[in-house]
Amino acid sequence: MSAVTATSPVASGTAAGELKVSYKTPITLGIFALLGVILLVVFGRNGTSVFNFTASNAGAIQLPVVSMPGHLTGVVIAILGVLLALGSGLMARFQRRTPLWYITIFAVVLVTGFLVWASTGIPHELHVTGLLVGALGLSAPLIFGSLGGVLSERVGVTNIAIEGQLLAGAFVSAVTATITHSIIAGILAAAVAGVLVSFVLAVFAIKYVVNQVIIGVVLNTLVAGLTTFLYQQVLLNNIGALNNPPVLKQLPIPGLSVIPIIGPLLFDQNVIVYFMYVAVAGVTIGLFRTRWGLRLRAVGEHPQAADTVGINVGRTRFWNVALAGAIVGVGGSYFTLGNIGPFGANMTNGAGYIALAAVIFGGWHPIRATLASLLFGFATNLGSVLGSIQSPVPNDFLLMLPYVVTIFAVAGFVGRVRGPAAAGRPYIKS
Amino acid sequence: MKLELRGITKTFGALVANDHIDLTVQPGEIHCLLGENGAGKSTLMNILYGLYRADSGEILLDDVVQHFSGPGDAARAGIGMVHQHFMLIPVFTVAENVMLGHEESKFGFLDLPAARARVREISARFGFDVDPDALIEDLPVGVQQRVEIIKALSREAKVLVFDEPTAVLTPQETDELMGIMKQLKDAGAAIVFITHKLREVREVADKITVIRLGKVVGEAKPTATNAELASLMVGRSIDLTIAKSKVKAKEPALVVEGLTIHNAQGHVVVNNVSFQVRAGEILAVAGVQGNGQTELTEALLGLQDRVMGTIDLDGKSIRHLPIHKVLAEGVGFIPEDRQEDALIAEFSIAENLMLDRADGEPFVRHGALQLAYRTKFATDKVKEFDVRAQGIDEVVGSLSGGNQQKVVLARELSRTLRLFVAAQPTRGLDVGSIEFVHERIVATRDAGVPVIVVSTELDEVLALADRIAVMYEGRIVGIVSGDTPRDVLGLMMAGELPAGTKLAA
Ligand SMILES: Nc1ncnc2c1ncn2[C@@H]1O[C@H](COP(=O)(O)OP(=O)(O)OP(=O)(O)O)[C@@H](O)[C@H]1O
Ligand SMILES: [Mg+2]
Repeated sequence: MSAVTATSPVASGTAAGELKVSYKTPITLGIFALLGVILLVVFGRNGTSVFNFTASNAGAIQLPVVSMPGHLTGVVIAILGVLLALGSGLMARFQRRTPLWYITIFAVVLVTGFLVWASTGIPHELHVTGLLVGALGLSAPLIFGSLGGVLSERVGVTNIAIEGQLLAGAFVSAVTATITHSIIAGILAAAVAGVLVSFVLAVFAIKYVVNQVIIGVVLNTLVAGLTTFLYQQVLLNNIGALNNPPVLKQLPIPGLSVIPIIGPLLFDQNVIVYFMYVAVAGVTIGLFRTRWGLRLRAVGEHPQAADTVGINVGRTRFWNVALAGAIVGVGGSYFTLGNIGPFGANMTNGAGYIALAAVIFGGWHPIRATLASLLFGFATNLGSVLGSIQSPVPNDFLLMLPYVVTIFAVAGFVGRVRGPAAAGRPYIKS
Repeated sequence: MKLELRGITKTFGALVANDHIDLTVQPGEIHCLLGENGAGKSTLMNILYGLYRADSGEILLDDVVQHFSGPGDAARAGIGMVHQHFMLIPVFTVAENVMLGHEESKFGFLDLPAARARVREISARFGFDVDPDALIEDLPVGVQQRVEIIKALSREAKVLVFDEPTAVLTPQETDELMGIMKQLKDAGAAIVFITHKLREVREVADKITVIRLGKVVGEAKPTATNAELASLMVGRSIDLTIAKSKVKAKEPALVVEGLTIHNAQGHVVVNNVSFQVRAGEILAVAGVQGNGQTELTEALLGLQDRVMGTIDLDGKSIRHLPIHKVLAEGVGFIPEDRQEDALIAEFSIAENLMLDRADGEPFVRHGALQLAYRTKFATDKVKEFDVRAQGIDEVVGSLSGGNQQKVVLARELSRTLRLFVAAQPTRGLDVGSIEFVHERIVATRDAGVPVIVVSTELDEVLALADRIAVMYEGRIVGIVSGDTPRDVLGLMMAGELPAGTKLAA
């Protein structure tokens, strides 16, 4: 075994020699295009599909309602999909990699096809803007979660506890906002709750060098148990006094919020979502353009090298994990204050784990992790919207959708992404 | 700045790594530290740099006692270190690595242009060719080392420590580094230089201090002979040339035809290479690092994908075999990077010694490890190969470089071999260990095994080789006999085959 650890233990290829750009992407696109053809052409549905682009809260501006003949549109889209897949194949043929924007276009085309198919011949219109707005809402906590995940992994601490931090944030924000009648206090308390969970993670991971995955899992279980216990024993008996928080109002941004589609989607949201934009931009710029980010990344990549230039590895890790906790905690308050109000047992429902997947799918990059979160949010909302307009797609399949999307996204399109080299590895000095 | 260490003592458990060490280095002086593997040189330097804390003793700079609580303090005090294992972040650019720890900011944002200018300015001063925006992981080791030097200089280091900087350099890079060190010395720096290569010591040292088993055992003048230095280091006399019987020519055992290897980026790294190795001879593969040697040896083991051509051992093709079958065919291998590819640092010596034997008797019976056998085996091998350790259950990661290499050697040579491939077998080893490794390699050859030794050190090539294949840009320039003069080999390593050179293949 002397050398087996070095490279993949596959023996030298049989017909080695000629080298090629991998056909993985074109093949994946091809399979999807084929599925598109089967669905849209072979099982094409007759009737019309109606897309409504006007947002429910859009006031003055009314957008035209688009009616399409279901089968014909489906056929056109299927052909387009096949052509795009072939294009990708051609690129591979000429040793070119298929760019991300190309894959994005392909995905948008096929998703549109699916939407047309699913909304053909049913008595409802498909509210496109509503679909997107809902997707953003479902994505918001995921985005906060993945930002926190990116930060703590980048500084070298594996953070499985995102789920626990979200749940703690949700619980504490609801209770605090109810007691103080202040939403701002609720959001701040959520941040503090996230930080407290982080402190436990950081102390055990950094000071006592306990396995970080184990602490994370334990923390999630602990927070879930604790909040459920308190919810059932305390909150349920005093709903009015403890679990009846005010809900954030939409704050349309004058001017921007009237832009069709984009306006209601991005600029008619609540404070937490606006804070999210700031957080995404801040984390991105901070990570790559400031001293704080440079040191943070150095500690997560090569703690010993960071140490030799005088950076305190333990302290850097500790405070950045705490910061990550604060961000995730605020995300937790979106479940309550930003959405329905009162806390419900286990209301995060695994969002923290999806956020973790988004961190990895997003290649530990804040923007890409955000996009990945949006994708998951969209898939989830697509499921519920299609369910509600009585589309022919079985409900169970719709529930499965976000996870199917995850698996294909990760397997088909992500190359071997490389995380921070020292993530999860404690740094021990002599 | 004058550096003075007084009575430095450091223990690791029961082991005394530094035992009351005194050392003074004047400004404008290159002070060489010599000593066997595990003598405690790196430990001493890590204490100086604030990475380890001494149990007792003081560090003085210009006669002022210093209290370093970490490397940051040492760096601020003017100490710079080029570490044995580079302290660079592979995914950062040169400029980012250089600025890390003392970043300048403008309006809260990193001032990258200033860092780039800094890199360019220092590069220009010493005639380096370093692109500030290159990623570290894309740079050859020689350039990475320059980045380490730039890093130290950008913090205005007045005391510079070089811990075995030449172990990974090509001969040309080594010469250039010597030049840089002299330049730094003329600029008034106090330099500590650790190396195992006596020729380098003689070339640049002003003063030499020899350490053995954690103690200073003496000082020497740069005019001392190799034999004197070597015996001071090891405590006995060392035979720097090894006795080798004449090769008894036999049948070709390993036959390689038309071997071509592409790397992952699709570039040809080994280009249509053919050679034979006879049973009982050593073929040395010489050449400057990075001319295809690594890929060639890996291909012999089945570690490379994208291989064309044939590799036959004793008439049987081993090219398509998976690695465990290649090993089962009796191929012993010492990879270039022992820490990465040959050992599991967290495993004990005993476990590392049986790593590739876990699939059957005598180490494993009915799926269960035979611990008694393993203990006996490890005890024997540790004795036979003179591995200096606290016991067979010590983890390999805490051994010194030379002793790690002995563990690899012991494992690979304790099987019945039909081919032995050793890549850079003595990199980073002290003279005593080199002597030992060379003796074992020659003994393997004398037992009738075909041996391939890859080395970038001409000394090593000339000491061992029966025939020499010189590689340049993935091709074999020529295969010549083992007594070919150095200057001819030097030209061949630059890709030229001097007219009238007698080929030996
Ligand atoms: N972190 C550590 N824990 C335990 N033992 C250590 C540690 N670091 C070094 N040692 C031991 O201290 C001794 C001195 O090691 P050191 O690395 O200083 O040797 P060296 O002179 O630099 O050798 P080389 O020439 O091989 O680099 C060795 O026996 C080594 O095993
Ligand atoms: Mg050392």
